[in-house]
Formats: sequence, structure tokens, C-alpha cells
Amino acid sequence: MKQGSEMGNGEFKKFIIYSLFLGVLILPMVGFPGTHFEAKRAFIVWGVFVGVLALGMLNQVVRQSSIYQKTLGGPQSFNRRVTKQFQKIPVRHWTLILLAAVAVYPLLANNYMVDVGITCLIYIVLGLGLNIVVGLAGLLDLGYIAFYAVGAYTYSLLNLHFGMSFWLCLPIGILLGAILGCVIGYPTLRMRGDYLAIVTMGFGEIIRLVLNNWDSLTKGPNGLLGMAKPSIMYPAFSNSGLEWATYSLKSLHALYYFILLIAVLTVIGVRRLDQSRIGRAWVAIREDEVAAELSGVPTTWLKLLAYAMGAAFASVAGAFFAAKLSYTNPNFFIFMESCIVLCIVVLGGAGSIPGVILAGVLLIAVPEVFRELQDYRMFAFGLAMAVMMVLRPEGLIPATRRKLGLSDIETDTIGELEESYQAVDSRT
Amino acid sequence: MIDLALKNVSKRFGGLLAVDKLDVEVPKGKILSLIGPNGAGKTTVFNMITGVYPPSEGTISYQGKKLNNLRSNRIIRHGIARTFQNIRLFKSMTVLENVQVGMHCRTKSGAFRALLNTPFAIREEKEIIEKSMETLEFLGLADHHNEYASNLAYGDQRRLEIARAVATRPEMLLLDEPAAGMNPSETAELMDLILKLRDTGLTIFLVEHDMRLVMGISEMVVVLDHGHKIAQGEPKEIQQNEKVIEAYLGTKVKAKA
Ligand SMILES: Nc1ncnc2c1ncn2[C@@H]1O[C@H](COP(=O)(O)OP(=O)(O)OP(=O)(O)O)[C@@H](O)[C@H]1O
Ligand SMILES: [Mg+2]
Repeated sequence: MKQGSEMGNGEFKKFIIYSLFLGVLILPMVGFPGTHFEAKRAFIVWGVFVGVLALGMLNQVVRQSSIYQKTLGGPQSFNRRVTKQFQKIPVRHWTLILLAAVAVYPLLANNYMVDVGITCLIYIVLGLGLNIVVGLAGLLDLGYIAFYAVGAYTYSLLNLHFGMSFWLCLPIGILLGAILGCVIGYPTLRMRGDYLAIVTMGFGEIIRLVLNNWDSLTKGPNGLLGMAKPSIMYPAFSNSGLEWATYSLKSLHALYYFILLIAVLTVIGVRRLDQSRIGRAWVAIREDEVAAELSGVPTTWLKLLAYAMGAAFASVAGAFFAAKLSYTNPNFFIFMESCIVLCIVVLGGAGSIPGVILAGVLLIAVPEVFRELQDYRMFAFGLAMAVMMVLRPEGLIPATRRKLGLSDIETDTIGELEESYQAVDSRT
Repeated sequence: MIDLALKNVSKRFGGLLAVDKLDVEVPKGKILSLIGPNGAGKTTVFNMITGVYPPSEGTISYQGKKLNNLRSNRIIRHGIARTFQNIRLFKSMTVLENVQVGMHCRTKSGAFRALLNTPFAIREEKEIIEKSMETLEFLGLADHHNEYASNLAYGDQRRLEIARAVATRPEMLLLDEPAAGMNPSETAELMDLILKLRDTGLTIFLVEHDMRLVMGISEMVVVLDHGHKIAQGEPKEIQQNEKVIEAYLGTKVKAKA
């Protein structure tokens, strides 16, 4: 009992100190939109922060109390029950329900909602790409949006100057993104944690600043305008017989289905990577880099590969983004965007594909719904993150490594591969 | 035949000479043990062999090839595998996956094959699963293959480390205190396991404090004290060696004998 109250005291002290600290920070920042102090506004924001803090602290105290441990904690806790319920439904069903829903969505929604849907899907692609770097390989990247910019500008420039089609620019953009991913990845290979965060953030900003200041190429802050929409060719009958007709993906609906396709392919790609030899090596690096290297995993190369793969997906999203708007400018690629994508990954559950999808929808669509509260969007964002980190620190849908099904261990004879492993003796 | 040869190898950490002009030769297919009191430099020797850091002086060669400046994963590919004094498993991964990671260096499918899920990748993945299961069976862990590594009992975690090392298909296995924290019956099992591994043709280089284990299975023992080699020979000779008794062994072994 005594121990419990002492612990409560410690928490209480921390609470007071943090609250005061937040006050010093928030009151002047929020209170002075103009020249005079707006007490009401400042104190409301401060009050909400303190409230969240109190909740967090209370949560800590309650969790450590013996009553909680005996009742709600332990193997039957609410969190675990929720997780279990989710896991009961087979992934295949989830996928089908979800696919059906997103496929009919534009038919039921107005243009604005379809547009929001497109934005969500773009961010889901970005989130899944960053998920490779952060979630699987465990490397922090705060400059991820730079690769999105690379994709956007690659398409814009090549299309405007050389009239190259979207489909031709896409692989070039992917390649450029991947190369840049390696360029940025290389110097950071030996870094960890804070250093990695700062350096990647710096690189992200460098890219944006280059785009902003290289007037002759990028038109600087004015941005580039007038790129063609992606178009597809299909065989059609006309007066002169069978010939190729082009269908330009101009309508919002066409663009929606196009980015949906990209997103689905991204999900498939990232899932395959995750469950492959490469994905396992990434997770091994995340878990223990030294042990991974000493188990024969070339960690340097795989970390570069993670950066490159992540960058490739962002580049695709970027090219689509520029094509959709027919416009791009450096201000789309500010640091805040990197943060949002990172939030999607962390909130969803690092390494978890369904988690990233869910968080992408939540973080992009929900703020749109509360559009009137514009000013408080970032604030609500932070609030949501804080609450989440207290309640479910592993993310909405925590990642778990896949266990083998029976079908996977069915043995059948494999001898063909043997010859390709000549360097290896098969003693074990 | 000599598999691994350390010639005049030293390691300095700032002012501390952790290993001092060490010469060790590990004969192929044998069990050689490296013993010595805490802080003698045993783990440092393993770290140098596996490229965690290079030796300050001297050369390390394996089957005639110099290892000094190779990256660790290259050294593992050359056929040396190791375990760690403090268990270092990939905790959030399943037992099977831990072993599969060990097979990484013997398989080839890259990112593109994975993305396109090519027939080669599918076949290779199946083979990885099969071989990994074989390895787990060999180590008696097959029943646990779907458990998360962090949920294994302590002794099983130690064995899983060995399984992961064996999965790299080494010719030499470096074991750093594999019996640490084990109870006597687990240690006895471990002893059988090491002998079984040796019988498959593996060379075993063992660091261990448990003298019953060391004296029971080693063909050769090297004794390290403050980075110096103070003795080398068969277990019997070592048990009688004055210097060794003085430095470290004496009372324990005498009491047991
Ligand atoms: N990375 C390092 N930096 C500085 N000193 C180190 C480092 N690694 C080891 N040492 C020092 O080198 C000496 C030898 O350490 P080592 O770990 O090799 O001993 P050991 O024989 O494995 O001991 P134990 O039986 O306790 O495992 C110790 O004094 C240790 O403090
Ligand atoms: Mg040691």
C-alpha cells in the first residue's frame, strides 16, 4: 500500500512539472496570434494538454496498481482482447470486404469525397513505402517525403520538356528515387537513432530547397504546371478498321481507380517483400543488427536496399500526384509531410500493413471531415498520437510475424536448386 | 589439418591489452576449448575472428585465407558461425524464422524475385523452410517452430542460437559459453549435442566456464589469462598444469577429482 502511494506521489510530481513546462511553452505560443494575449484560447489549449497528460499519468498509476493487475491487466486485458478479436477474422475476409468497399466507394460518394479518397490512397502508398524503411528494417527516416518529390518532379520535368508519357517516366522516376535512396542511405549507414533522424531530416530539406531555388529548371516556388494526365491505349474499331485509341485518365473516378490499383499493387509488393528472405533479413536487422550481420546477413547492402525500395514506392506516388494535379511545387514537400507519413506508420503499427492502411485513412480522411476546425488540425493530430501512444503503444494493429500454415510445410522434392548452390556443402 | 590459425594476435582497447600476442591453431574436425577467468579476453578472440572488430596486430587465417579485413557476413559465408555469450535472438520472430535468417547467406532470391514472386523464389522459399525444419529437428526444436523466440525456455533459446548458427552451414562453429545459465541436465544434453555436431564434421571452438563440460569433450584446451596464453594441451595436462591451477582452475578441479 505504502509503495503504491509513493509511486503515485512520484507520478504527481512529474505531472506538476510537466504541466508547468507545457504552460511555459504553450501559453505564449498559442496566446499571441497577433499582438495581444488571448487568454481564453491559450488556456483552453493548455488545459487540453494538461488533461491528456493527466490521463496518461493516471493510466500509468492505475496500470501499476495491484487491483488492476489482478483484474483488467494480465492475459485478459482489454487491449489483448481487442487484438484477439481482430485476429480471429481471417486476413482473406478482411481483404475482400475492404476491396469491395473501396471499389464501390466512388459510386456512392460525391466528387469531394472521391478526392479525399485519392489523397488517402496516396498516403497509404507512402505509408507502406516508409513502412519498409521504418517498420521492417527499423531505420528512422524523417526526410521520406523527398522521394515523393523526386517522383513528382521527374514526371513533371520529363513530361513538360520531352513530352514523355507517364508510363515511360514511371520507371525512370522509380530508378531515380531508388538511386537517391541509396545516396541518402549510404552516409547514414553507421548512424543510429537521433543522428539518423537529424541527418535524414536534413536531406529531405535539402531536396526541397534545391527544388525551391533551382529556378531555371524547376521554376522555383511557382512550381511546374500543365503536365499531361496518364493515359491508356486500347484497341478500338473506327472507320479505318482496328486501331489504338487513347483514354486519358482525366476524370476523378478514373484517377481514383488508378491510384487504387497502385495502392493494391503496393500492398501486394510490400507483403511479398515482408514475407520473403529479404523481409526476414530486414526484420532481423531491426531486432539486432549485430546478430544479423553475424548470422551472415549483409546488413549494409540490405539497409541500402530498404531505403531504395521505400524510395521507389514514394516515387510512384509522387508521379501520380503530379499527374493528377497537373501541377507541383516545392511546398507540397515540406518536413511536415514527412512527419505525417511517419505518424501513419507509427500510429498504425510499425511493420503492420493493415495498420498502415487503417492509420492512413484515419489521419487523412478524419481531419478532412472536420475541415471547419482547420486551425486545430495539427493539434488534434498531436492529441490523437499522444492518446494512442498511451493506450496502444504498438500501434492500432500491431505487427506480428507470420506463423507457418500447414500447407507451407508440405514437403515435396526439390533438387533443382541444388546445383545453384555449388559453393555450399550440404552437410547439415 | 589446421582450419583456423591465429598468429601473434593482439587486441588493444585504449590502454587495455585485452589479448596479447596470441597464437592458436584449431585443427579441423576437433573440439578445441578456450578457457580462462572472467575478463581473460575469450570473447574478444571470438569477436576478432568473426570480424566484429579487427585485431590490433597479427593475422587470422581460415583455411589459408586471411580474414583480417573481411566484413562479418563474408566471414560467415566462408564457413565460420558463432553464438553469443548473451543470447541475441531475433525476439519478435518465430523460431523457424530465426533459423531461416541463418540461411540467408546460402540463398539468393533478391527483392525483385520477391516482388514478382517468381517460381525460383517460391521454390527457394520452400527449400529454406524444409532445410530450416531439418535443422530444428536436429536440435530438437521442431515442435517449437511456430513460437516466438522470446517465448522459448532459456535452454531452448540457447539451442536456437546454435540452430541459427548451424543454418549458415558452417564448417566451424564458435560457441561462446553455451552452457551459461543451464542446469546440470541441460548441460548434459548440450554436451551430447556438441559431440553430435562434431560428428557431422564440424570443427568446434568452445569458450566455456563449466569445467565438467570442457574437460569432458575437448580434445585440446587453450588457457588464457589477462590476454596471455598460459597453457595449451589435452584436458588431462591442463588439469595438472601448475600455472593453470594457480591462475584459475586449481581448487575447482581438484575438489571434483
Ligand atoms: N569493446 C570493448 N571496449 C573496451 N574494452 C573491452 C571491450 N570488449 C572487451 N573489453 C575488455 O577486454 C577484456 C576482455 O574481455 P572479454 O569479454 O574478451 O573477456 P572474457 O574472457 O570473454 O570474459 P567472460 O568470461 O566474463 O566472458 C575485459 O577487461 C573487458 O572489459
Ligand atoms: Mg566472454
